[in-house]
Order: sequence, then structure tokens, then C-alpha cells
Amino acid sequence: MGMVKDPERVEAIADNIADAREVKGRSLWQDAMGRFVHNKAAVGSVFILAGILLFTIVGPYFAVWSNEEIDWARMANVADVGQPSYENGHFFGLDSIGRDLYSRTIQGTLTSLMVGVVGASVAVVIGTLYGAISGFVGGWIDNAMMRTVDILIAIPYMFVIILLMVIFERSLIMLFVGIGLFSWLDMSRIVRGQTLALKHKEFIEAARAAGVGWFVIVVRHIMPNLMGVVVVYATLLVPGMIMAESFISFLGLGVQEPNTSLGALISDGAGTIMYNQIWQLAIPLTFFLTIVISLFFIGDGLRDALDPKDR
Amino acid sequence: MKMTSKTLVGALLATTLIASPLYAAGTHPSTGEALADNQSFTYRLLDEHSSVDPQIVEDTSGADIVRDLFEGLYNQDADGNLVPGVALSHTTNDAKDVYTFSLRDNAKWSNGDAVTAGDFVYGWRRLLDPATASPYAWFGELMSIEGASAVLAGEADPSTLGVTAVDDHTLEVKLTASLPYFALMTTHGSTFPTHQATVEAHGDQWTKPENIVSNGAYVLTEHVPSERSVRVRNSMYWDNDNTILETITSLVINDENVALTRYLAGELDKTDVPAGQYPKLNAEYPDQAHSNPRLCNYYYTFNMSGNGNPAFDDVRVREALSLAVDRSVITDAVLQGGQFQAYTFTPGLTAGFVTPDVPSASMTQAERDAKAMELMAEAGYGADNPLKFDMLYNTSEGHKKIAIAMSQMWKQKLGAEAVLANQEWKTFLETRGNQDFELARGAWCGDYNEASTFLDLLDSGSGYNDGKFNSARVDELLTMAKTSSDTQPLYTEIEQIIATEIPVIPVYHYTRVMMLQEDVKGWPFENIEQNVYSKDLYVVAE
Amino acid sequence: MLNYVIRRLLVAVPTLLILIIICFYLMQTAPGGPFTSERPLPPQVLANIEAKYGLDQPHYKQLYNYVVGIVTQFDFGPSYQYKDRSVNDIISQGFPVTLTYGFISFVVATIVGVSLGVIAAIRHNTALDYIAVGATFSAQALPNFVMAPILIYVFTLKLGLLPGGGWNGGQWQYLVMPVIALSTSFFASVARITRSSMLEVLNSNFIRTARAKGLPETTIIWRHALKPTLMPVVSYLGPAFVGMITGSVVIDIYFSTGGIGRFYVNSALNRDYAVMLGLTILYGGLTVLFNLLTDLLYAWLDPKIRY
Repeated sequence: MGMVKDPERVEAIADNIADAREVKGRSLWQDAMGRFVHNKAAVGSVFILAGILLFTIVGPYFAVWSNEEIDWARMANVADVGQPSYENGHFFGLDSIGRDLYSRTIQGTLTSLMVGVVGASVAVVIGTLYGAISGFVGGWIDNAMMRTVDILIAIPYMFVIILLMVIFERSLIMLFVGIGLFSWLDMSRIVRGQTLALKHKEFIEAARAAGVGWFVIVVRHIMPNLMGVVVVYATLLVPGMIMAESFISFLGLGVQEPNTSLGALISDGAGTIMYNQIWQLAIPLTFFLTIVISLFFIGDGLRDALDPKDR
Repeated sequence: MKMTSKTLVGALLATTLIASPLYAAGTHPSTGEALADNQSFTYRLLDEHSSVDPQIVEDTSGADIVRDLFEGLYNQDADGNLVPGVALSHTTNDAKDVYTFSLRDNAKWSNGDAVTAGDFVYGWRRLLDPATASPYAWFGELMSIEGASAVLAGEADPSTLGVTAVDDHTLEVKLTASLPYFALMTTHGSTFPTHQATVEAHGDQWTKPENIVSNGAYVLTEHVPSERSVRVRNSMYWDNDNTILETITSLVINDENVALTRYLAGELDKTDVPAGQYPKLNAEYPDQAHSNPRLCNYYYTFNMSGNGNPAFDDVRVREALSLAVDRSVITDAVLQGGQFQAYTFTPGLTAGFVTPDVPSASMTQAERDAKAMELMAEAGYGADNPLKFDMLYNTSEGHKKIAIAMSQMWKQKLGAEAVLANQEWKTFLETRGNQDFELARGAWCGDYNEASTFLDLLDSGSGYNDGKFNSARVDELLTMAKTSSDTQPLYTEIEQIIATEIPVIPVYHYTRVMMLQEDVKGWPFENIEQNVYSKDLYVVAE
Repeated sequence: MLNYVIRRLLVAVPTLLILIIICFYLMQTAPGGPFTSERPLPPQVLANIEAKYGLDQPHYKQLYNYVVGIVTQFDFGPSYQYKDRSVNDIISQGFPVTLTYGFISFVVATIVGVSLGVIAAIRHNTALDYIAVGATFSAQALPNFVMAPILIYVFTLKLGLLPGGGWNGGQWQYLVMPVIALSTSFFASVARITRSSMLEVLNSNFIRTARAKGLPETTIIWRHALKPTLMPVVSYLGPAFVGMITGSVVIDIYFSTGGIGRFYVNSALNRDYAVMLGLTILYGGLTVLFNLLTDLLYAWLDPKIRY
């Protein structure tokens, strides 16, 4: 009634403000997605990994030999006639027993990718949560949790695997259980270390002062700041899981013949290098290395994208 | 590397000039070949041996070392025949159940004590004494020594064992059964003597290099577990003048490819040939690659105990599976080491054994395949009803390759699906020992050079009969063979029963495939038991 | 701080005890035993052997005797597989070997890894970064069981420069290849973690402040960025150390060094209970000690961390 000199103008300004409020805000994840998509190397690597996955699905249609058939005519002479060749259908050559390396590499890559994903996922989910809680809560709980991890690390892993194999029948699920059992232990230690450093930072103090519950602090404030280390370590874990699987199969729990895995193929290939059968090592190793490199770029990209402090 | 071997040779020359009779730069007494200055031999061991105590050792690599460190009643020459060791000769009674050995009077322990019959009595009692807990005590029972079973069970004192030292140089052994081939068993390490005072003074530690006292051609000077073991000439040995090799070193190298690399680099004088590599190595190094028969077989056994795969109750299924295996692929394409295809359980070259003609051996593979398919169809299996079973083997590259080849043969020819399963060794033994399998791998190496060492496995009461094959007639024949003077017809009948009932699928008979430097001579290639005595080896000059 | 260390060391005792109990029962449940063999022992012989080693007693009694033996006489028991050796013999002969090449590999991997990681981070997105990262790829492409036979092939057979294996008291020629093979497995991870961590640290506010204040780059790196960077690296060193022990198995197999790694695997496969338990205690003790050291390092690296 008295103060407003120009009611129409005030109304116009009020309308503007109302409109302004309707502009959609951008969430942190959308920010991250945007940054990731602009990282050419990371996106390229995603495509390469997808390509490998596609290859394992589509590849079998071009295969002339199955992954278990022995080429009786050539098996006695693999060093001389077993090289990769297009004419005889062995695109990647023969393995040391005389089976087609092309089909075996396809099947092995798929198995190893699954192993790597499962192992890394378990490590990321369980390990991060466990380590963050332990580091944040501190005190005797932290001590107890970490000593438990110490014990679990020191237990002879072989016996656990052997027992699993004996109690539960051998299967792919059991392999994942076996891998999952130990993959989170190291991650939890690394995450705990980071948490110890983070929990004294001012923004955590602020959150505490604001009355946020400890679990929410862990999940919404600590964990996003851990992402860098977690992502990098997860990408380092995958090749380790792939190699660990070959040891588990050695004990009899993992993948059984005629099925194979990249770890087993590389292991077999390493034994024949001095007999001029280099392709048996080179081909699975190339797939392995491609996966490793792609994961590196993706990991780097994710870390850049998720780093809340960046730019 | 060249520098160090020159200084090594120089050092060796210097020590041999002072220490022992000159063989360095000399000639071999019987063959006249020029001998090298450096009489040392280095070879590869797959794994660390369990012990060098003669009554406790249980693996072949340990047995090889024990054969150099200790000496028993008899040794073997290069062809596997008995030659005097500590014993010069023996006599036996008509019933062949009392043996009397005359020992030489110049045999000495490495500390100068004389080797007496009492040392053998002590060793044999020790073998069966429950307190020693020897894993080879069953060999003492196998030797049928009087009182062995009672002593082993702890019911009688070891002094009641049927071995006596009539005097210092006469040993008398009483047996519970007539054993014509008893003397052959005295080349086995568990029958070697042990020095009582040393064992009593040091207990479990008596085999350490600083404590050990032995009566063989060599003494143990160094032992680093999982790395190396070194033995050096024993100057107290009665035949030391004829021992030429000075030092023997065994190196533990787990990976056979690495071992071959190191052999080619000159670090080893002998190593094993990885499967499949023999033809190439033989072409490139014909004087170094050797393949010789060995007294071992390799087979797959069906679970006949009743809780196996019911399909295997049908003998036609078993026969079909056995026929469909193309053994020439396994010996010539997978192993490529000159192994022998096996159609019988006992290796053909076992002493005194003539391989009987079994029908499958004389067919061509095409004929076998045809018959196999026929039998499977008869038994009711085919494309619409494929046979499916578990195939168990213990973890190893070699076993894996053979299992894969066999499973593929069965798949292609019979449509049968063999589910491959590997288990690490102990688990595998448990599984097989508890009859928890359908088809499992097996292998057996003879303890002595006679067919019963193999065929006894198929005795229904045998502890090693994991397939639980049960044939009253086979049991009968085996018992008869123990006392018979003409065993061949009995063994032939047993093998024919095996070929008809097919409780096992014999796959191949072993060969020892190895690389040996061409300047090492005296190796007993013809000895099918592969018992090597280092005192018979020597290095010739280039 | 001293209080903290003492408390941690005291906690180590029940930790190890729990470890022993778990492992003991784990071993007993695995199929097969130390005397399961191809030539199964006749029952009396087996009974004799078990009586000799006290294996016929109830489990809790065996466990009790075992712990008492350690505490009172520091005797870790006999080996069932290697009949003339005790566990003490095996550990006293094998552990120095593994410790020697393990420690050297550890130091090499850490120094090389951290240096590469720092260089890559400082020169982010330049040729140096790519070369450093490329080096880590090469290292990851060659796991130790691939690298070992290649090293022997090249250095022993082709070049004749180094002995192909053995230990011989630890002379340097026998150390070179094991250290190369073992450290290669680890410097890649150390480098990558260092690089990623330093990249994050270099982006943080206090570094921006230091730059704004005009501090020289080297001072910034050495005095301000390095310590926080090393936090996750130090965390990784714990698992790296454990990994080094398991990796030493491969080194022992290929280079015949006689270290305890191979005994560890073999004792599990042979069901050599006492050796298994003894080595587990050793590893457990080392893990606990190592984790204590890393926790103390955290406090040094980050002044705000206090126990």
C-alpha cells in the first residue's frame, strides 16, 4: 500500500525471479558425465572395451573350429604348422595341444572379463564401505575391523579354495565366490587410509557441526572424495583378478577344461616361448594388455570427472 | 662363466692331487677313454626330496641320492643284473624261504667303522619298527620276512624279526613264504644298512651333512632344501679306487622349461625333456637326447565299487571307451617321447614277462573305432542318448593334455561327453581312494622288476585297488603266482581277464626321456628300473 | 604415540592366536592329510606314524601342545614332508632368502614407482607422462611368471651373463633376475597410484594458494605436495608387501632360490600342517607389523592424524 511506488514494475521483477528459479540445476553426476564424455581417451577406451565384448559375442560366428576340438592332423607339429593362418581356419593359430586359439581366446576373454568385473565390483562395494566406516569411526572399532582384515589376509587362501571346491561343486559361481572373498581386503585398507586423512578436513567438521549423522557423512561426503583412489585401484585390481583366476583353476576350483581363461592362456603361452610358439603368448597377452590399457584411460577419465575439486 | 670354471678346474686339480688317487687327466681303467679333469656331474631334480634316510625316503629323487650315499647287499649293473654290493654272494634252501648272505670284510662306513651284518639287522628292524614310522614299512612286509607283520603292528618287539647276524659277515633271513626273487628286492633303498650309533646320537637330525655317516660311494656335504644337494667322494668306500666322479650336485628346478634352458646354457649335465619336445631335441642334439623304457604304466580306472557311474556296469561301454582311445596319438602326437602304446597292464619289457596277445592290440585303429561304435550302440548310447561321465585327473600339464585328447576322441567317435575335472594331488588321492569318482587316472611304477608288482594292484584285497575291481579268479591266480616256478601262464591269464573285463584302460608305458651331456658316460640306459649308481659314471675329456 | 604402539603390539597376540586357531581347523577339514599317498599306507603303519607325530590326539589338544611348544621352546614343530627338517630349520634357512630379495625388490619398486608417478603427474599430458605410463603398461603386461622364463632365456642362455637360478649364499649375480622379475610386478601399481594421487593433490586449494604466493615449483612438490600424495601409496604398500610374499612363490619356482614362498604353497598342497601353521604365523606377524608401520607413517605424513 504505501512503500511500493511502481506495482507493475515490481510484479515484472517478481515474475523474472520466478522464472529464474525454474532453470534446472545440474547435479554432480551430470557434471561428471559431461566431463567424462569430453575426455577423448576415456571415451575411446570405452568403445574399445565394448568392441572386445562385441568380439567375444560375435566372433564365434566366424569361427571354423570350436574351442575344444583338437586338430588331429596338426597337433603333433604345432611349432611348424600351428601359426596363425587364414587358410586353415585357425585365425590365431593353435595352442600347444592343437586346439584353435581363436575360439579359445574368445571364450577365455569373456570368462576373464566376467571375473575381472565381479572381483572389482565386490572390491569396490564391500571394500570401500568397510574401509570408510572403519577409518571414520576410528577407535577400537577401527582396530577390531582392521585386525580382522589382517587375519583374513594372512589365512592361507589355498585351503579356503580347496574347501570351497570340496564342499560346493565346482562351478563358475564358486569361482566368483572365491575371487570375491579376498578382492575387497586390500581395497579396504587403502580406503581406510584415505578416510583417516579426509576425516579431519574442515568440510567434514562442518558437516558434523551441522548435525549430519555419521553414516550419512561417510556415504555422502567421504566416499565421493575417495573416488579417485578407488577408481585407480579398481582398474589395477582387474588384471590381478584375471591372473589370480589361473591359480585358482590350478587348484581345481575354477574354470575347467575345455573351458579356459585369459590367465590360463597366458600361463600356457609363457611355457612355450622357447619353442618358437610365440603366438600362443602374444595373442592372449595382447587382449590382456588392451583391457588393461583401456581400463587405465577409463579410470583416469573417471577420476578426472569425479574429482570434486577439479576446475 | 668361463673364468670361474677354469679356476674351478684348477682348484679341483689341486685338491685331487693331494687327496685321492689320480684320475684327473687319466684314463678309464677298463675302457681306456681319456678322462676329463673336472669329474663333476650336475643334474636336475623336479622337487625337493623328502629325506635321505634309507628307511624313510619315499620318492625316486631321494632314492637316487640314497643309492649314492648308502650301499645295500646287492647293486645293479647297467643291464639291471645283480652284482655284489656289501654282500659277495648268497645261498638259499630248497624251499626258498631262508636266505644266507656272505658279506665282504672290507666294507667301511664313512667314519672308518666296519660295515657288519649287524648294521643290516639294525636297518631292517628299524624299517619295521613302529617307532620309526617308516612309510615304506610295507615293503618289509612285502619281502615276507618272518615276524614282519607282528612287529609292524606293534605286537612283537623288533628283535623278533626273522633277520639274524650269524656273525659279523653273515646275514641270515627267514621268510614266511617262498620267494624266488627275494634277492632282487635287496637293491631297494629301504633295505640299506644304517649306522646305529649315529642314529641314536642325533635322532631325526642324523641325516644332516654335519652328522651323517654312510657306507656308499659318496658322502653328503651340503644340503640346502629346495635349492641344492651336494655329495662328494667317500674315501672310506671299499671300492673307492674305482669311483671316478668326484662331486655330484642336484639342483631343484621346478619348471621343466627353465631346466631345459639352463641345460642348454651349460649349467646342467642332465635334465628331463618336456612333453612333445623330444623329436626336435633329438634332431638338434642326437647325442644328448635319450629315450629309454621305464618300468611304469599309465592308465585310467573305472569305479567298479558300485557307487560309480551305472553306465560303467556294462562291460560293452567300458570296452567301447577303451577301444576308441587312439593310443598312437597319445604316444606320437602328445608325448612324442618314444613311449609304448599299452594294451596290457604290465609293461612289455618287465623281466620275465611276455606280453600276451590281446585282441585289441592286433586290430587297426579303424577296426577298433568301428567295434567301439557298434558296442556303444548295442549298449543303448548314441546321439540321442549320449554317454556322460566325469573324468578325474591330478593337476599337471601332461595329464591335462592326455585327458583332453582322450575326451576329444570319445566325443568325436562315440558322442560321449567326458566332463574333465582336475584336482590337486592330495585331494585327488582322497577322492580316488574313497571311490568318489567315475573314471580316474592312475599310474604305477614297479618296486621290483617282476610282473607281480603291477598285477597285484588288481587283487581285490589290495590297498592300491582304488577301482575296487573284484575277480575271484584273478585273486586265485595272483596267490598261485607267489609260489609258482612258472608264472608266465598265470600272468597271461590275468592279462586276458583284464582285457575282457576291462576294469582299467591301459594307455601307455613310460619311457625316461632326458638330455644328457655327451661327455658323461656310464649311464645305465638299458636298466628298465632306471637305477643309477653315480660311482659308475664318468666324464670323458673333450 | 608409544602407548599406541604398545597397545597395537599387545593386540597382535590375540590376533595371531585367532589366526592359528582358524588355520588349524581349516587345515584339518581339507581332504587328505600329510600321509595320504599314492601307495596308501597300511593301517598299522599309518597309525604308527600318526602316533609318532601326535596326530591321533583330539584337535584341541594338538592345538594346545602346539601353542605351548612355541611359547615355551620356540619350537614350531616338525615337517611331515621333509623328515629330517623341523619348521625352525626351514624358516631359518628360507626366510633370509625371501627377505633379502623381497626387501630389495620392495625398495626398488617403491623408488622407481614413486619417481615415475611423480614425474608423470608433474608433467601431466606431456610426452614424459605418456612414457612413464607406457612403462607401467609394459610392466603389467609381463606378470612375473611370464617375465621369469624370459629373463632366464635372455640372460642365461643367450647372453650367458647371469646364472639361471639358485642362491649360493646370496651373491649379487643370483639376486639380479629375481629382483627384476619381482619388482616389475609392483612398480606399475605404485606408479599409477602415486600419479593419480599427486594429480588430485596438485589440484587442491592449498597448492593453488602456494602457487599464487609465488613459491617455486620444486618447493611446492617436495615440501607441500609429496606428503599428502604418499598417503594412498603407503596404504598400498601393505597389500604390496603381502603380494610380494605371494609373488615370491613364482620367483622361488623359476629361480630355485629356496625361499619360503615355495614352502608355503607346497606345505598347503602336501598338508604339511606344522610348516603351514609356522609360515602363516610368520606372515601374519609380518602383516600386523607392517600395518602398524604404515599406520605410524600415516601420522607422520598427515599431522592431523592422531591416535
